[in-house]
Amino acid sequence: MKRVFSFLLAVSLMLTLTTFFVSASADSLPVIKIASVTPLSGSQAAMGEVIKNGIELAYKERIEEFAALGFDLQFAPQDDQADPKVGVSIAQRLIEDDEFLAVVGHWNSGVAIASSEVYNQGNLAMISPANTATEVTDRALPIVNRICARDDAQGPAGADFLYSLGLTTVFIIQDKTTYGQGVADEFKKRFEAIGGTVLGYEGITAGEADYSAVEEMIRATGAEAVYFGGIYPEGGLLIKQLAEKGIDVTFLGPDGLDSEELVNIAGDAVIGTYYTSTAAGVANTEKGAAFSAAYLEMFGNEPVGYAAYGYDAMSVTLNAIEAAIASNGGALPTREQVVEAARATSGYEGVATNITFNAIGDNIEAKVYILGFSEATYPAEVIKSIAVTEFLKD
Amino acid sequence: MNQLQTLVKIIPQLLSDGLTLGFVYAIVAIGYTMVYGILEFINFAHSELFMFGAFVGTEVLLLLKSMGILANMSPTLALIISLLVAMVMSGGLGVAVDRIAYKPVRSAPKLVPFISAIGVSFVLQDVVRMVEEAKNGNYYLYAPTLFTRRIQVAANMVIPEKTLYIVGLCLVMMAALTLFVNKNKWGKAMRAVAQDRDTARLMGINVDLVISMTFLIGAGMGGAAGTLFSVQYGSISPYSGFIIGMKAFTAAVFGGIGKIPGAMLGGILLGLIEVFGASFLGALTGGVFGSEYKDVLAFTILILILIFKPSGLLGKPQGEKV
Repeated sequence: MKRVFSFLLAVSLMLTLTTFFVSASADSLPVIKIASVTPLSGSQAAMGEVIKNGIELAYKERIEEFAALGFDLQFAPQDDQADPKVGVSIAQRLIEDDEFLAVVGHWNSGVAIASSEVYNQGNLAMISPANTATEVTDRALPIVNRICARDDAQGPAGADFLYSLGLTTVFIIQDKTTYGQGVADEFKKRFEAIGGTVLGYEGITAGEADYSAVEEMIRATGAEAVYFGGIYPEGGLLIKQLAEKGIDVTFLGPDGLDSEELVNIAGDAVIGTYYTSTAAGVANTEKGAAFSAAYLEMFGNEPVGYAAYGYDAMSVTLNAIEAAIASNGGALPTREQVVEAARATSGYEGVATNITFNAIGDNIEAKVYILGFSEATYPAEVIKSIAVTEFLKD
Repeated sequence: MNQLQTLVKIIPQLLSDGLTLGFVYAIVAIGYTMVYGILEFINFAHSELFMFGAFVGTEVLLLLKSMGILANMSPTLALIISLLVAMVMSGGLGVAVDRIAYKPVRSAPKLVPFISAIGVSFVLQDVVRMVEEAKNGNYYLYAPTLFTRRIQVAANMVIPEKTLYIVGLCLVMMAALTLFVNKNKWGKAMRAVAQDRDTARLMGINVDLVISMTFLIGAGMGGAAGTLFSVQYGSISPYSGFIIGMKAFTAAVFGGIGKIPGAMLGGILLGLIEVFGASFLGALTGGVFGSEYKDVLAFTILILILIFKPSGLLGKPQGEKV
């Protein structure tokens, strides 16, 4: 029985391999494959799906162009399930297949950081549409580029915004996490540098419910604004409790507040509060409208979230490959050449953002958006965008 | 340092905030202390009975709101209805937990019911999470706003109306419990069982019934505290009980575990220390320790007191319990 089984297994394996080789050799044009890696199943699948759609739209628009250059452009969407372990195993598979020249992904910074180590071993370029964690590019891997802003641009952007409102005194609260304290510290540095006064800097414990002591300190110092480095459960409570206590301050926080739950927790008190975000819906530009129309036609719904970032990331990826082909005299480029060409991206005008990469792969033309609630409904409206160029460390 | 002077101005306000927090701790601490008094066992699932009560009470308020009654009824009445339902449900769950998880292991070594309590704790958290997720799609729950008025007591002191209700209701519950334990026949039986379970049984007291009664009252108070907590702070999750439970248990030990007045005193003091510590630490230490060290301060004070009074503020070594 066992022998029959292993025989069948061997035969089927042979057959698969034969068909594989046959199909590969049947195509006359050399193949260029691009993978998208986003969560397509699990709780974050919705966001992964729209990014993949944006990428796919850019791919479909350029197939002909690549055929004219003499290449068969193929698109291979992958599902990392928002899990670093899955991301790494996909990465391992991708670097083994020589036809893959670039990867567009991921959605989660944790997955991107782990997977990019593997891409780096295979010299496979990764262009990220959505990973904001500083560590993604701070490791200075030659293959990693991202088109969105970094987390640490949010604090300084928030400081500039508050100051531009004419608010010069602020009380800072942070939740003692890497993220919360990180943005709060960056905010403090910038706010003091541009001439503002920080009247207090206090930590709170996430998961508690009574923040009255800190709120009373805000009242006592008479600060005009509060900057909160943290996430929406505590942010919502602070907004609600400050309003209940009748402490009238302008409240601002990072994209940790960017959640419908913030409105649920704070209720009407959320009106007049602001948060910063590294992404915004497609602006009302001509390009944005054309993108939205094409997206709607192909997928049957409006683009949301990072869809346009997926589109832009794929576009610069394909541009980089074309540039590599050109510099290689029209022949199939190596992965190293693609990596070099991607990093050299400069002055690209995209739908969601313009793109120029610096030495570590950060986009110096990325923007941080300020969103504000004028009514107690999510999402808030974009009030202004602030270029991050000044805040980049390089 | 003028930072200190500005802080001095908000002392009355801090007092009111500290008392509110302290009363919530106190009511939860009573549940720990009562069960300990009778069984010499820490009911670690008590924090989940608190959380369960918070969900029941909030769901009642949301039900009233969705039926359109809430807007037209007196908020005080709505609060009392939700409190009563939460007390009954939590109390009932407390008795059930005792019957299912503790009674079968009552004669086992002391660590066994302990493990049982931790298990119950996990089960309750995840059952509530599961039910809420199935019902609402997410497991956070937000209490509807009941009281919106603020009362200007003095120049530096504004008290939200709901704070007055919460402190008032806590006081009523504490007074009722004190009367019950000291004046009522059942209260006397409870004290007898706490002193000596076997002798009490010989005297004809139905010990099992008294134990159930203890769980009913302790868990009921916990459930009521949960509802008050939800109304005061606005949002709850299945994991809300954990931190409050830790603090309340600490308060019970601080006041002298097994002593009901001790739990009340311990809770109120802990609330005050926390709020004042959070506000003044930064100014007093010149900014070296901020408000995030309030728990460190609170526990340092507790440990110092427990070194000199190991059985807590009101506890007497070898003395009578309850």
